[in-house]
Amino acid sequence: MLRATDIFAQRAGTRVAYLSLVSFALLTIAVLVGTMIGPAGPQWWRVPIELANRLPLITVDSGVSPEEWNIVWQIRMPRVVLAVLVGAMLSVAGASYQGVFRNPLVDPYLLGVAAGAGLGATLVFTLRRSTTENWLIDPLPLAAFVGGLVAVFATYMIGNTFSKARSSATLVLAGIAVTSLTTAIQTFVLQRNNDVVRQVYSWILGRLSSATWGDVRLILPYVVFSCGVLLMHRRLLDVLRVGDDEATALGMNIRRVRLTVVLAATLGTAAAVAVSGLIGFVGIIVPHTVRLIVGSSYRRVLPMSILCGAIFLVLADIPSRILADPAETPIGVVTAFFGAPFFLLLLRVRKNQA
Amino acid sequence: MSTLGFCDLSIAYDGVIAVSGFNDILHSGEWLCLIGPNGAGKSSVLRAAAGLVKYSGSVAIDQKEIPATSAKWRAKHIAFVPQTPLMPENMSVYEYVLLGRNPYIKHFASESMHDKQVIEKVLMRLDLTQFAKRMVGTLSGGERQRIVIARALAQEAPVLLLDEPTAALDIGHQQQALELVDDLRREQGLTVVSAMHDLTLAGLYADRLVLMHQGSCVASGDAQTVLRSETLAEFYGVSARVHHEADGTVVVIPQRANSN
Repeated sequence: MLRATDIFAQRAGTRVAYLSLVSFALLTIAVLVGTMIGPAGPQWWRVPIELANRLPLITVDSGVSPEEWNIVWQIRMPRVVLAVLVGAMLSVAGASYQGVFRNPLVDPYLLGVAAGAGLGATLVFTLRRSTTENWLIDPLPLAAFVGGLVAVFATYMIGNTFSKARSSATLVLAGIAVTSLTTAIQTFVLQRNNDVVRQVYSWILGRLSSATWGDVRLILPYVVFSCGVLLMHRRLLDVLRVGDDEATALGMNIRRVRLTVVLAATLGTAAAVAVSGLIGFVGIIVPHTVRLIVGSSYRRVLPMSILCGAIFLVLADIPSRILADPAETPIGVVTAFFGAPFFLLLLRVRKNQA
Repeated sequence: MSTLGFCDLSIAYDGVIAVSGFNDILHSGEWLCLIGPNGAGKSSVLRAAAGLVKYSGSVAIDQKEIPATSAKWRAKHIAFVPQTPLMPENMSVYEYVLLGRNPYIKHFASESMHDKQVIEKVLMRLDLTQFAKRMVGTLSGGERQRIVIARALAQEAPVLLLDEPTAALDIGHQQQALELVDDLRREQGLTVVSAMHDLTLAGLYADRLVLMHQGSCVASGDAQTVLRSETLAEFYGVSARVHHEADGTVVVIPQRANSN
């Protein structure tokens, strides 16, 4: 089997440029399709024509009415852009977490960001959503964001207090403890407020349906910053693949690298979770799919994860709109339902090639 | 071409003393072999020099003390080959050896042309050029040992530390690995410290042996001086004959308890 990956990786280097071109093309197509499909709105084929019409120097008559254009631009477009941002963020954060903890099974929720955000969101829901929604600033994403960051901060403090060693195992264990504790509090709060269980449940499954340009503006700076910092660490993540000791002997300050990567990934993930809820599976499956295609060097895995994560979530969002029309299927359900068989298929194809 | 000095080196793990007051000075190009029973502190001395454990006292290169804070400075001067290196299976040999250039690459930069030239040279020297694109996971034990040494050479450090370099190898590859280190030492004037269990091989290759026991140096000198059956009995608790070949080679032969 290794022989096959061997030959495969030889080609990988030369294929990277080609693959990123293909990915960019796919992303463009996915975004286009994402804006073309949905209940209500103009006929699908009119959308690209109208989009072209909106470009400078081009005038085409697409026959799209202003009302229909509003559906495309104010409802579908922010949703697609948000899917791009969230998908890219969760994937690159997942890949970075896997690198920094040298464990293929971890996802960006490892250190408690999901549980903390869940608790924050639950607390807001118990405050009666109908009133808080009209506050000057919507407290839901804010509470989820802060909850996620607080949980990871707690994990980091606990992990560092109990172990002076460089080992990351204590940190992971602290993450598990903080997650359990936070989930317990959340369950307790939910027990006392039965009426919001449904809302919290739907938040936990993740959704992009209520996306607005405001959401996009809210998370864009965090996602850009976080992706930038993580990309800058791609070579260092490769050094870390030989383990903490050897990376140290090679002159790397692993504590600093690990802290920076975890902080950047957490910040971006918390922002993504704040507007889209807990979309599972993306952070694990996309990086692994990317590894099967471009090999396991983080120099290629990180940028490709950003592209492929964006493509995956934009595509996953399409069935989530139309499967149970007019209701929405939670996107977390779609990512798992289509992602898992796809991943198994890919594993199998790889194995057969060997 | 550098000397390596240990001055009053002491290491403790959670209050348990592993090494206490270790002193030694290696002249440039010398090969020192640390021997001693398990737990004597051989690996700890190497790990301290590589910056992997906290220690008191000092480690100095050319009489310049290594600053505790600069991992990069240390990595430019000391290369460390651990006993069981962690080998990422899906990393190519080229990428693996390239990791040795890390101390020369700025934090967020990528490797320069010069770094790549160094790697080409190292791969050529160790006859690894045809392996460059192979995945580390497809290599045999002997080949793996060679690429770990290649990575250490890529660091262009004057001091090479080897922790049990022959532990996982058969007798042929043991000899190959040690011959390689010896050749490199002569070509490039490397100062070498290795920890070894095989006393005969240690005596054969090292210029000098240091016998450690319970964290301290108890004997130092060439093979004839250090490898004596009384000394070995006292510190290893082993019953062994020491045989001297005509060419000066010292051979340690363990004896069965009730053989006649």
